[in-house]
Amino acid sequence: MNITLRVNGESHDLDLDPRVSLLDALRHHLHLTGTKKGCDHGQCGACTVLLNGRRINACLTLACMHDGDDITTIEGIGADGLTPLQQAFIEHDGFQCGYCTPGQICSAVGMAEELRQGWPSHVTDDLTADPELTRDEIAERMSGNLCRCSCYPGIVNAIRQSLGEQA
Amino acid sequence: MYNFDFARPDTLQDAQAALRADDAQALGGGQTLIPTLKQRLAAPAILVSLTAIPELKGICLADDGRLCIGGATTHATVAREAAAHYPALAQLAGNIGDPAVRNRGTIGGSLANNDPSACYPAAVLASGATVITDRQEVAADDYFQGMFATALGEGEIITEVRFPVPQAANYQKFVQPASRFALVGVFVARFAHGVRVAVTGASEGGVFRWHKAEAALGDDFRAEALGDLAVEADGMIGDLHGTPEYRAHLVRVLTGRAVTAAA
Ligand SMILES: Cc1cc2nc3c(=O)[nH]c(=O)nc-3n(C[C@H](O)[C@H](O)[C@H](O)COP(=O)(O)OP(=O)(O)OC[C@H]3O[C@@H](n4cnc5c(N)ncnc54)[C@H](O)[C@@H]3O)c2cc1C
Ligand code: FES
Ligand code: FES
Repeated sequence: MNITLRVNGESHDLDLDPRVSLLDALRHHLHLTGTKKGCDHGQCGACTVLLNGRRINACLTLACMHDGDDITTIEGIGADGLTPLQQAFIEHDGFQCGYCTPGQICSAVGMAEELRQGWPSHVTDDLTADPELTRDEIAERMSGNLCRCSCYPGIVNAIRQSLGEQA
Repeated sequence: MYNFDFARPDTLQDAQAALRADDAQALGGGQTLIPTLKQRLAAPAILVSLTAIPELKGICLADDGRLCIGGATTHATVAREAAAHYPALAQLAGNIGDPAVRNRGTIGGSLANNDPSACYPAAVLASGATVITDRQEVAADDYFQGMFATALGEGEIITEVRFPVPQAANYQKFVQPASRFALVGVFVARFAHGVRVAVTGASEGGVFRWHKAEAALGDDFRAEALGDLAVEADGMIGDLHGTPEYRAHLVRVLTGRAVTAAA
């Protein structure tokens, strides 16, 4: 199938088998290997990318479902120097092996946008007020991104710091 | 995956036409179907994506006060946009899987699949909602027909789900920590004319109503009113996450919690 994907601001015309996942299209066809494959079943979040600004698992969607869509991968974040979020991951030891990190960063970027738009989470008490950035709130909102090295305290601190700076 | 053709129509009519082909299958958010295809547990000849059809998406309040949710509306949208109208339903949607799953997965996909541990079936059954397809309108009580079995025919599309909004409601989900599906989930809804209690995750027959609890709560909407009511362990799911007895126990505990939280 012929599709056009806009990835990190650049358009790519691709001729793909309908079975190719968005993740494999990015990694194998566009050679953007920053996005990682952990489980390939939607369980780990290593493949998190932004689809038209919303975080999704690239392994659980087919590339051909996204003709004309805008995709942001880790290669598109901080391309001109690290963002405050990425810098905070370094300062707070938000990773060890780093395999989950591209997914964590993309997910955190998506989460920040959701927060900005006032989306409640399951642990938000008041569904209509702006959520507070407690540890529980961030842990819940990042629950789709597993870290096998268990750097969760650092990840939460990094996200809190960078969101605090934005606020 | 086995090979398949792919179509992404932008009208319901075109989707219906595409789904008339032999072995055609609808594709919602893909959060269940794509893993199934990867495991080669399904072999559709053509996948018809419903994600580009605007009329299948969105939430509105009908004149009769019922909340209408388009069949291809994502869990994330329901979590956000139903909050003002039906908070218990919004809360349920906002606790399905994780944010990435909720940004893709749809109510129609969840109901068509009717996983015995899925959350939405409990809300639909407890609310006495109506599942509307391109061919029929089915009351929740007739829609669910056992694990992974529903009233849907071949190629039938869930276009909308219509929820009567209860006076009070709550969903209690005992999360299976690895998958985040419901080990057991109980949705309690109180209407002017009675209480409905629907249980997911527990029974080998899929989602079910706990009629005895409904009767007790109809007279007295307090957890204490459940007294020593219990569901039989017989027919409950037993797996490495929990025995039938454990699940039966959870049904009772979660029903009490849901009533307390709703009241
Ligand atoms: C990591 C993870 C965690 C999850 N946790 C939970 C959870 O806690 N609770 C829960 O309830 N679910 C959970 N799910 C499942 C999730 O809610 C799915 O989104 C949902 O079950 C299927 O919706 P979908 O739109 O992705 O459907 P798809 O996967 O696209 O399709 C599923 C089935 O429905 C059919 N279908 C899709 N749309 C329609 C329609 N409009 N009309 C008719 N048939 C249709 C398809 O043909 C297919 O048979 C989880 C999934 C994952 C990957
Ligand atoms: S690789 Fe996609 S969620 Fe694990
Ligand atoms: S840093 Fe190793 S998996 Fe997260």
